[in-house]
Amino acid sequence: MDIFIQQLVNGITLGAVYAVVALGYTMVYGIIQLINFAHGELVMIGAMVAFTLIGLLTSLGVPGLPAVVLATLCAMLVCALLGYAMERMAYRPLRGAPRLAPLISAIGVSIILQHLALLVWSRNPLAFPQVVKTESYALGGAAVTNIQIGILAISIFMMGGLAWLVYRTRLGTAMRATSQNPQMAALLGVDANRVIAVTFIIGAALAAVAGVMVGSYYGIAQYTMGSALGLKAFCAAVLGGIGNIPGAMLGGILLGVVEALGAGYIGDLTDNVFGSNYQDVFAFLVLIVVLVFRPSGLLGERIGDRA
Amino acid sequence: MSMLAVRDLEVRYGGILAVKGVSLHVDEGELVCLIGANGAGKSSTLRALSGLAENAKGGVIYQERDIAARPAFERARAGLALVPEGRGIFAQLSVDENLLMGAYMRRDSGINADRDDVFALFPRLRERRSQTGGTLSGGEQQMLALGRALMSRPKLLMLDEPSMGLAPLVVRRIFEVIRDINARGVTVLLVEQNAKAALELATRAYVMESGRITLEGEARALLNDPKVREAYLGESVAP
Repeated sequence: MDIFIQQLVNGITLGAVYAVVALGYTMVYGIIQLINFAHGELVMIGAMVAFTLIGLLTSLGVPGLPAVVLATLCAMLVCALLGYAMERMAYRPLRGAPRLAPLISAIGVSIILQHLALLVWSRNPLAFPQVVKTESYALGGAAVTNIQIGILAISIFMMGGLAWLVYRTRLGTAMRATSQNPQMAALLGVDANRVIAVTFIIGAALAAVAGVMVGSYYGIAQYTMGSALGLKAFCAAVLGGIGNIPGAMLGGILLGVVEALGAGYIGDLTDNVFGSNYQDVFAFLVLIVVLVFRPSGLLGERIGDRA
Repeated sequence: MSMLAVRDLEVRYGGILAVKGVSLHVDEGELVCLIGANGAGKSSTLRALSGLAENAKGGVIYQERDIAARPAFERARAGLALVPEGRGIFAQLSVDENLLMGAYMRRDSGINADRDDVFALFPRLRERRSQTGGTLSGGEQQMLALGRALMSRPKLLMLDEPSMGLAPLVVRRIFEVIRDINARGVTVLLVEQNAKAALELATRAYVMESGRITLEGEARALLNDPKVREAYLGESVAP
């Protein structure tokens, strides 16, 4: 039972991060039907930039928490600019091209960003500067750290903020309208290019925060961290129904929980033939099972329902 | 004063020339209709005027400015509204949100008052304001499309087949509202297959046949024109 609660807590925390990253995939897909394979790299760049800055700031004598906040804000800015630049240079010129072209372009951007990070930060992992002391609290036989609580709180705050933006503001209504019927939105005066650019910027800023969170959770950041995380977040988006915002949130949490529970019990279940390093198998297994029964994801619309 | 002047408009769809050199004009305050058979190029003409057609050539002068090269959203912001064929309702947005999208480019404080005006015009929309657009009937969707276009406070309202697929009672209501809108000072360019109703409503009319304007004149005169009566009003004219 203790293991169960512990893994549940771990899973929800990690799942919340997946959800935040998945939102970036799903928002972009919802609006231009592009799977932005470079999105995971934004998470990585966000973590690297923030880690570097935290180190720099604390060495200048800035106290821990303000340094983290300041560094995260800078990372969001850097990623937002990168997100805007990739849309402008790699995807906008391919609007209207066959769907495969921007997809290849996205993979290209992903490789470029990864190698750029390799040049800047080398292949050695950066350690998360120990500026915030980890404290542990007991919760029904399980341990919850202040880092986990922070990650969860920030994730919930960002998901809530995004939901408010998308469902309650003029800009969000225009985003949804453009995603449903871009021509009609244009006829009402919506500049699709601007809406698409804003979508990329928001997704990229979220990715930066996710990068800081996942980096501080594992304690390290490395130029390769984006691809595996990006792939899982992409799975989370597909699991929830790609293009669907509540779906990405649900898919992310679900994936995190399944993965953590799988890692916690796989040893017992298989008589220690498989260890917790097989945890990724669970995430993809769930994805396959869900897609077999609901090809459009948990909350996705059936194909053809698009207006 | 001229609201819209179109000179030698050509629209190409795939390899086919759908509109072959159309010239027409709409003056301020007029209600002009464009009638013709299915496939005559009426919708293509409207799409080109609103900036949706990719392969359009020719001059489009709107309020004394050449807008032929402007993208659709800029034309909309200049007050040129199109209610497209099929109505273009955002199926997953509520009725309220659809109407607010109509006012997307406005910054003034009159938006809520205008929405109440639309609800007064079509009380059904008020009843269904929190339902999504996709759950509305065809007639309600047409009302919503019309109301949404009004929310943008257009100077020139272009309507593509507003009567298509609707029950006669609803059609009558829609046409009443179009007359009303025009009486309030909005210039209207109406494309219709329902030639009789359109000609009775309009001040002037153009008849379009396989991509060209073949007849034009006062709507009343066209209503009595033997060729129009035979081809579009379904009457056989005695020799």
